[in-house]
Amino acid sequence: MADQQRPDDKLYWLDEDKNVKKIIWALCIACALSVIADLFYHKHIVYAAEDWVPGMYGWYGFIGCVFLVLSAKLLRKLLMRSEDYYEEANDD
Amino acid sequence: MIEFPPGLLLIIGAIFVPLVPQVVRNAYMLALPVFGFWGLLIIPEGVNFAFDIFSYTLSPVRVDGLSLIFGYIFHIAAAISIIFAFHIKDIVQQMAGLIYAGAAIGGAFAGDLITLFVYWEGTAIASVFLIWSSKTEAAYRTGMRYLIIQVGSGVLLLAGAILQYKATGSLDFSKMGLTGLGPVLIFIAFGIKAAFPLLHNWLQDAYPEATVTGTVFLSAFTTKLAIYALARGFPGTEMLIWIGATMTAFPIFYAVIENDLRRVLAYSLNNQLGFMVVGIGIGTELALNGTAAHAFSHILYKALLFMSMGAVLYRTGTIKGSELGGLYKSMPYTTGFCIVGAASISAFPLFSGFISKSLIIAAAAEEGHWVVWLILLFASAGVFHHSGIKIPYFAFFQHDSGKRPKEAPTNMLVAMGIAAFLCIAVGVYPAPLYAILPFHANFVPYTTTHVVTQLQLLLFSALAFTYLMKTGLYPPELKSTNLDFDWTYRRMLPKMINGLGKVFIPADRYVRMVFLIRVEKVIASVFRHHGPEGLLARTWPTGSTVLWVAVLLGGMLLIYYI
Repeated sequence: MADQQRPDDKLYWLDEDKNVKKIIWALCIACALSVIADLFYHKHIVYAAEDWVPGMYGWYGFIGCVFLVLSAKLLRKLLMRSEDYYEEANDD
Repeated sequence: MIEFPPGLLLIIGAIFVPLVPQVVRNAYMLALPVFGFWGLLIIPEGVNFAFDIFSYTLSPVRVDGLSLIFGYIFHIAAAISIIFAFHIKDIVQQMAGLIYAGAAIGGAFAGDLITLFVYWEGTAIASVFLIWSSKTEAAYRTGMRYLIIQVGSGVLLLAGAILQYKATGSLDFSKMGLTGLGPVLIFIAFGIKAAFPLLHNWLQDAYPEATVTGTVFLSAFTTKLAIYALARGFPGTEMLIWIGATMTAFPIFYAVIENDLRRVLAYSLNNQLGFMVVGIGIGTELALNGTAAHAFSHILYKALLFMSMGAVLYRTGTIKGSELGGLYKSMPYTTGFCIVGAASISAFPLFSGFISKSLIIAAAAEEGHWVVWLILLFASAGVFHHSGIKIPYFAFFQHDSGKRPKEAPTNMLVAMGIAAFLCIAVGVYPAPLYAILPFHANFVPYTTTHVVTQLQLLLFSALAFTYLMKTGLYPPELKSTNLDFDWTYRRMLPKMINGLGKVFIPADRYVRMVFLIRVEKVIASVFRHHGPEGLLARTWPTGSTVLWVAVLLGGMLLIYYI
């Protein structure tokens, strides 16, 4: 979708692609740091699986979210109807 | 010291709202929950105002740790919602909001099932006006569906209460097991209001249709009263663990593809209720503390999120993700408050969700429910994904929609500011919240393990979002309706009834036709015999009449003889 930036608008920090890239890099670095942090403290765990590899929670979250979004996308094929689906039904 | 039944102050106060002049009405309405809250601080624990009516003992006010924490947060939510609605001049909404909040508070202190029933129905009837006040055709229909389901829940509660009284001889509202029909009916009544799976659709149907300010009220009370009631009546019921786990997981799939951002929030509300229901099902002190704490922080951040989306709807006239974007440029404060709410629901360290949800997840792990524990972690990642990122991203960032609405009105900003402050305060300094939990709590949320693992979960979820966005795999916001279980009663049942009609009407027509032909034949035959030309219409000599009478008499005699 195209941006509808107005010509008279002032340019915001987030309008520049290079700044958005900076945020993404910052996120990647934060992710990496959170995994590395796992090496430097004693993890109190209930289940052994929590500490199989460093950053176990991170991997679980990442895979979980990708699974969530992709399966929701599939679900759309099954469940999506037009916006006035129920209104049409009422006109029958 | 004068004691007043909690909640009643708001309900009685609401009656006088039309009499209070416009200039001071806002102050008057705000004073009601403030005084109500003060009343809670001085009310003694135990049963108050117990009385006998006929042979029943009613105890309309029962004060203990569990009812108090819900009482506190309901008052806070009422005050915030009232401030958010300061610009409203509509007396119906003002009264409905107050009565609704009052009924929910009263319900949290109900010591017997009949009092609970009265308040239970009170919340249903008062709150529907917050939906109808939208004054659209869709809101009217939604309101009707909402009312039928809510009142239906109350009827089940009453039926269950009567059966319970017959079985036990007591109307006392306390812990019951799922033994006998009475408690089962009560359980289902609670389940409807708590939006159990398949009983949940009234929530996603109604909340997005209510007024901008009405939804903020709605988000706080009905479902949390049900959570309170479940925690009171059915703690440790194992079935609830699985019901709750299902609730945490399945609404988030819908939240990802939903376009109406207030409906996204309704789905995530449903998901958050799931955490609380799991806590009730586990039923240990840690878990029940978790449920109470999570209800407390949840009401704050959910109200905050609904307020920020309400402000967007109020200023732009739409709340569809497909039509929004780039609003941070002209609504920076609302954006900031929304992000605080998003961080809180996602349970970022230093925000309220972090110090409350972790009690429930820790309890699930401790009790060895590892499948449930995995589901809860997945749902935690998912809630960050659709509430924490999706809501602020699609409303305030993503592509620039070109909309430059004004910042939200001052009263809305103040209400959001208070809620945001409390979200952070509870997250940074949880001790006061832990002190009012129903059981003694010695939980330490800020351990290195907990902070690091939670950050990993959230940061990688954000990374997943970025990855899916950048690769174009993320489903775009589309104008759509997504079929959920309400399809069965909004589409399938009416279709079936229609279909039945299509079979029934021709059948009915055929039967009538056959009957009509018979009747016509009878009439024709009568006409033949009695008509002007008919046999029986002719003039007969008297003698023949006498003969006929004699024949009849003879016949009679014969029959008599036999």
